[in-house]
This record gives sequence, structure tokens and C-alpha cells, in this order.
Amino acid sequence: MTISRRRGVLLGASALAVALAATACGSSSSSGKSSSSSGGAQSATVSDADLQAALTAGGNLTVWAWEPTLKKVVADFQTKYPNVHVNLVNAGTNKDEYTALQNAVKAGKGVPDVAHIEYYALPQFELAKSVANLTEFGADKLDGTFTPGPWSAVKKDGGVYGLPMDSGPMALFYNKTVFDKFGITTPPATWDEYIADAKKIHDADPSVFISNDTGDPGLTTSLIWQAGGKPYTVDGTTVGVNFASDPGTQKFTAAWQQLIDGKLLAPITSWSDAWYQGMASGKIASLSIGAWMPSSLESGVKGGSGQWRVAPLPQWTAGAKASSENGGSSLAVMQASSNKKLAYAFLKYATVDEGAQSRVDNGAFPATTKQLNSPDFLNKTDAYFGDQKINQVLADSAAAVTPGWSYLPFQVYANSIFNDTVGKAYVSGTKLSDGLKAWQDASIKYGKDQGFTVK
Amino acid sequence: MASLSADHARPGPPAARARRKTRRSLVGWKFVSPFMALFALVFLAPIGYSIYLSLYKTRLIGGTQFVGAQNYTEAFQDSQFWSGFGRVALFLMVQVPIMLGLALLLALAIDSGRLYGAAFFRISVFLPYAVPAVVATLMWGFMYGTRFGLIGNLDKAFGVTLPDPLSPDLILASIGNIVTWQWVGYNMLILYSALRVVNPSLYEAAAIEGAGQFRIIWAIKLPALRGALMIATIFSVIGSFQLFNEPSILKHLAPNAITTYFTPNYYAYSLSFDGQQFNYSATVAIVMGVATMIVAYAVQLRGMRKAG
Repeated sequence: MTISRRRGVLLGASALAVALAATACGSSSSSGKSSSSSGGAQSATVSDADLQAALTAGGNLTVWAWEPTLKKVVADFQTKYPNVHVNLVNAGTNKDEYTALQNAVKAGKGVPDVAHIEYYALPQFELAKSVANLTEFGADKLDGTFTPGPWSAVKKDGGVYGLPMDSGPMALFYNKTVFDKFGITTPPATWDEYIADAKKIHDADPSVFISNDTGDPGLTTSLIWQAGGKPYTVDGTTVGVNFASDPGTQKFTAAWQQLIDGKLLAPITSWSDAWYQGMASGKIASLSIGAWMPSSLESGVKGGSGQWRVAPLPQWTAGAKASSENGGSSLAVMQASSNKKLAYAFLKYATVDEGAQSRVDNGAFPATTKQLNSPDFLNKTDAYFGDQKINQVLADSAAAVTPGWSYLPFQVYANSIFNDTVGKAYVSGTKLSDGLKAWQDASIKYGKDQGFTVK
Repeated sequence: MASLSADHARPGPPAARARRKTRRSLVGWKFVSPFMALFALVFLAPIGYSIYLSLYKTRLIGGTQFVGAQNYTEAFQDSQFWSGFGRVALFLMVQVPIMLGLALLLALAIDSGRLYGAAFFRISVFLPYAVPAVVATLMWGFMYGTRFGLIGNLDKAFGVTLPDPLSPDLILASIGNIVTWQWVGYNMLILYSALRVVNPSLYEAAAIEGAGQFRIIWAIKLPALRGALMIATIFSVIGSFQLFNEPSILKHLAPNAITTYFTPNYYAYSLSFDGQQFNYSATVAIVMGVATMIVAYAVQLRGMRKAG
């Protein structure tokens, strides 16, 4: 009966095979761990001259990344340093790449020299000692090179585990034509105003929504972050998860529960076809999302050209200027790399030196203060956004990111079960706060099961 | 004649007979050895390795430890696993009878010879089977959309509000619909081919005896279909327990209706790919494999008892 069902079996079998491959070398990875643990606050032992020498000597580098602007960076890099051969591999996007990466690390072979890792996933690799501490190459001296949000995301206990490649300070992207149509002349400055606007729009036309949400862990944690919440505490292998009595979380749930109860958010999942259609047809009027969104809007919602604008994220406290990050990623040197010096030299080229500018020119949102503050970048206008200087809004957001946030060392897994728990609030009578409590419990259970000390 | 055959069958000396027997059996093994080698490599070895894996536990902190049967006791107490198991069991009990009942009706209709354009009818019912499951699920997923899909269009055209097929309450039925759509033609073909081998003289005899169509179905066709129905049932049982494609694709459209433990196979997938819990994932896979074998065997025993 079963071509398709057999495919299911095959998938299951390949899952199993991956599992086999991964765990086969589980025992050897522990021995690898002990040899590779380098001290946290080591001073630089590799000078810039050493890096230069490594670049001149050349060698082969394998880079796993899905970020499109890296293609040009790699080409330019090889032109400048002809002895270095970079093999740029797209090993999948986010979760898919992490799975492949974790399996390669466990198997002890096929590990790339450099990997593209998002900020929320980096702690997981740092904890497993899969990524190298870059302080020995002088990365700690890059203080001030990057904006505070991304820089704190790659640092831990005095170590630096990746160099920020891009960042996603949040902003409110809105369709001005739709807002105007419903008499909303200024974008909402606070979340209370946002709720009022949401009602105004939806009451006037029930097919139009101020935004969409079907339960998105990235959005939820970013908004709690903006509200000053600190539901996660991480200290080495001791972790704490507390949504239940976190003040920032309570601000978020109070507002979001109103939006859910009033059915004011379109039940459309982000990145689905319906999502793009919804924005194209003006049924989804705005998005609270990271600064990397413009290129996706321009390619995914072509018809919206000239209609969209960017405003600061609505505030939890009137008059405040708080923001948070949503997404964004780093490049990390893998501990298993046999040529870490060269790998770091590439990292520096791609994120700090020529590569940083090249990537911004090709539409990436920078994590470097130099690019972020350059007049060229700030004064750039974009016809899609009605010639608004959107980078000024986004750069202001980058500077206003609330400090002190951390993700769990197993955030990838925690996010994967978000919809099992918090998702219920979107489709049944479950309260959002109860959903978050269930998420907390499930995260704690997993943490304990994985050997963490849970506070 | 009798003596001749006795002579022919006279056994040789015991030693020679034994030697011949050994040689004969060795020849047999040589013939099956390519199969056995592959079978061991791609079937027995992975199962053996999964069992091995299921006896260990790897943690993010603390590495790998031998834990004996701990994963199994955990699986038996795991409410998420059992909720997935219950879901596929329910699916099996509702969807399989509906699908096979439909397939039976269609097969009988085509076999009755009273259908105009039977060949076209047959191919059009069978056609969904040729659509890859992933494509079929995506297609149905679009139709199920209340906002931009077929359901949304119907709502708009008739000014009604149809229930959302992707809501948590209806999602299992919606998956059942996709699976039925896809497999009914395939099962129909199994049953129809079994009907084709019935000796037509039986029908002639029945007609002479004055039996009507329903009497013929009851007394000739259904008994002839018993073996084919059993095969179709066993395939469907296995297919239901291994439900994976449909939920994993619909999860993108209905993230809150389909949990990461929606079916046991999907649970095993989530455990290893999202949770890095390879050992526990292997355990779930083995428990589910054994459960499937037991149920399929029970169905087979029951089918054979009826036949006997």
C-alpha cells in the first residue's frame, strides 16, 4: 500500500540512521572535549601579523552558511588571498544546519572550519564546546566594533564564541496605505495604542488584521525581552526558566491576551504563502520583526512597494525607547577545525573588514558600529518604503536594545516545543500565561533530563 | 508400474544421502546469500543498532551512560507517546474501515460490468495514488485553508462559516480524508484484481440457479475477496501506525493543531532532530515497531481463522 507510507518509514529510518551515526561516536566526543577545553579569559596569543601570515600561507577552509551575501564575500576574499580556498556550503537553513553540524561534531568528521550560527543557537554549541573560544586570536579586543546586542550574544564568561555577522533589532513595519484607510495617522507608540488600533482596523473590516501570529517563539521571547523580562537565567550548567513570575512576561501576556481574545491577530503562520498573500492584499497591516525584513518584503510582497514604512517598536512604557533583537546570526570557528587561525582570519574579513561593508551593500543589516553609523548607510533611501530613511529607525533600535537577555543553552529544542504548549492559547481557551507556564515546565523537564542544574 | 516407481525412489546408502542433502542445502544458501547479506546490512543491522542505542542515554551534560531498560520504562510512562499512539489507533479504527469499505464498493461496481466507462472510472479513482504524498498533502492543505483556500472560497461564495479543517478538533479527520483520497484507488485495484480471477462459470451457475446480484456478491464475490481484503487491511494497519508525512507537512499550516508528538513516528522524528534525544527516539521507534507487529499479526490470525 505504500509508496508514500514507505517514504515515511524511510524518513524515519534515515532519522534513525542519523541518530546512529551521531551516537556512534558519542563516547569519543567526551575524550575530544577534555583536550579542547580552552580557558575562558585567555589573553591573545595570536597577533595580527600571525593572522596575516596564515592568510598569505593559505590553505583550505570549509564554511557552512546559508546567508546569501556571503557568496560575494568569499569570492572577494579569495581574490585578495589567492592561496586560500574557501568551500562555501549551504548545509541547510537554521535548524537543519544545526542538526547536520551537531551530527558532524559527534561523528568527529566532516565538521566545517566555520559555521553560520544564529545567536539563539550559539549557547548550545558553546556549551558542548563545539565552537572555539576566539579570545586567543584577539577577538576580545574587538570590544566596541559591534553593536551591544549582538556583541553580548556571542560573549560568555569572558570568552568570545563567534563574531556577529548581522543583527535584527526590532521595528514595526507597517503598511501606511492600510493604516491611512482606517484613519490611523501615526503608527502606535505604545502597545496599548497598538491594541486600540488593532480593534479599530478589525472592527471596520473583519477581514483585515493589524498583524498575524499563530504562536512564534522568536516573536514572543523578543517582546518579553523588550519588556525587560528575563525569564531565562544561565550560569554555566545551571539554568533557570521562569515565565510565571517574570514582570516582563506579565506585561507581554496582559497585552497579547487581549489581542488573542479579541481575535485581532490573523491566524496565519509567518513565512507561509498565506502570509505573503495577506500582506500583498493588505489583510495583514503590520509586522513586529527584525531589521533584516526589508529584503524579504521587497522580494515577497512586490506589490507593496511605496506603501510600507518603518517605525520604532511600540513601547511597554509610554515615552520609553526600549528595543530587542529578533534573529541575527554569527560566524563561529568550529573547535574541530584543523586550521583555526586561518578560519578566524576569514571570520574577521567577513564580519569586521571588507566583508562587513560588502554585505551591507548587498542588503544585510550590519552588526558593526562602523557600518551602522556611516552616513551612507543612515541616509540611504528606499523607494519601497516611500523613500523613507529606514536605516535611521533601525539603527536607533539597535542602540536601544535592552541589555541582560540570555537564551537557554537548549533554546533550539525549547523553541521546537513552543507550539505544543503556548500554541494552545491560540486555538483553545488556554490562557497565554498558562501556556507559557507549560512551556517553562517542559523546558525545565528537558533541562533536568539533559543533566543541567535547574533552579 | 508400482514396482518401477518404488525402484525409482529407492534410497541410496545413508552416507551418500546425507552428503547429497548437505550439498543441496548449501546450494540453496548460496542462492539466497546475496539477499541475506543485503537483508542483514540494511534491515537487521539497523534494528540491532537501534536496540543497542535504546539501552544508553546521552545527555548534553554528562555524556553517554548505559541505562539498561530505563528508556523503555520511561516510554511506557510517557503520556506524550501514548497520546500519539492513541491517535493513530483511533485513526486506524475509523479511517481504515471507511477506506476499505469504499474500495470494496468501487471494486464491486466496476466488476459488476454495468458501469458505463468502467476503464475511465477505474483510472480516475486510481489516479490520486500516482500523486506523491507530499504533493497531495500540500494540495489538500491549500484547499483546507479557511482564509485563502477552497474552504475560504466556499465560505465567501455561500456566506457561511464552514468549520476549519485545520483546527485541533478536526485535523485528524482532515488527515483521514487525505489518506482515504490517496489510497482508496489502490485498495480498489487490489480487490478488483482478486475479483477478476473468479471463474465466470460460477456466476453462470448462480444465474441459472436464479441468484440475484446481491446474492452473488454475498455468496461468491465476498468469499473470493477474503484474502485480498486481509492483505489490504494489514497494509493499512501498518500504514496507519506509521503516519508521518501528512502531519509533518500540515504542521507548517497548523502549527498549534499538530504537536511534536502527534503520531509516534513524528514523535521519534522530533525527539532526534529537535531534541537530540537519539537514544529515546530509538526506544520509541522500537516500541512502536513491536506494537505494529503485534497488531498486524493479530489481524492476520483473525483473518486466517475466518478463512479456516
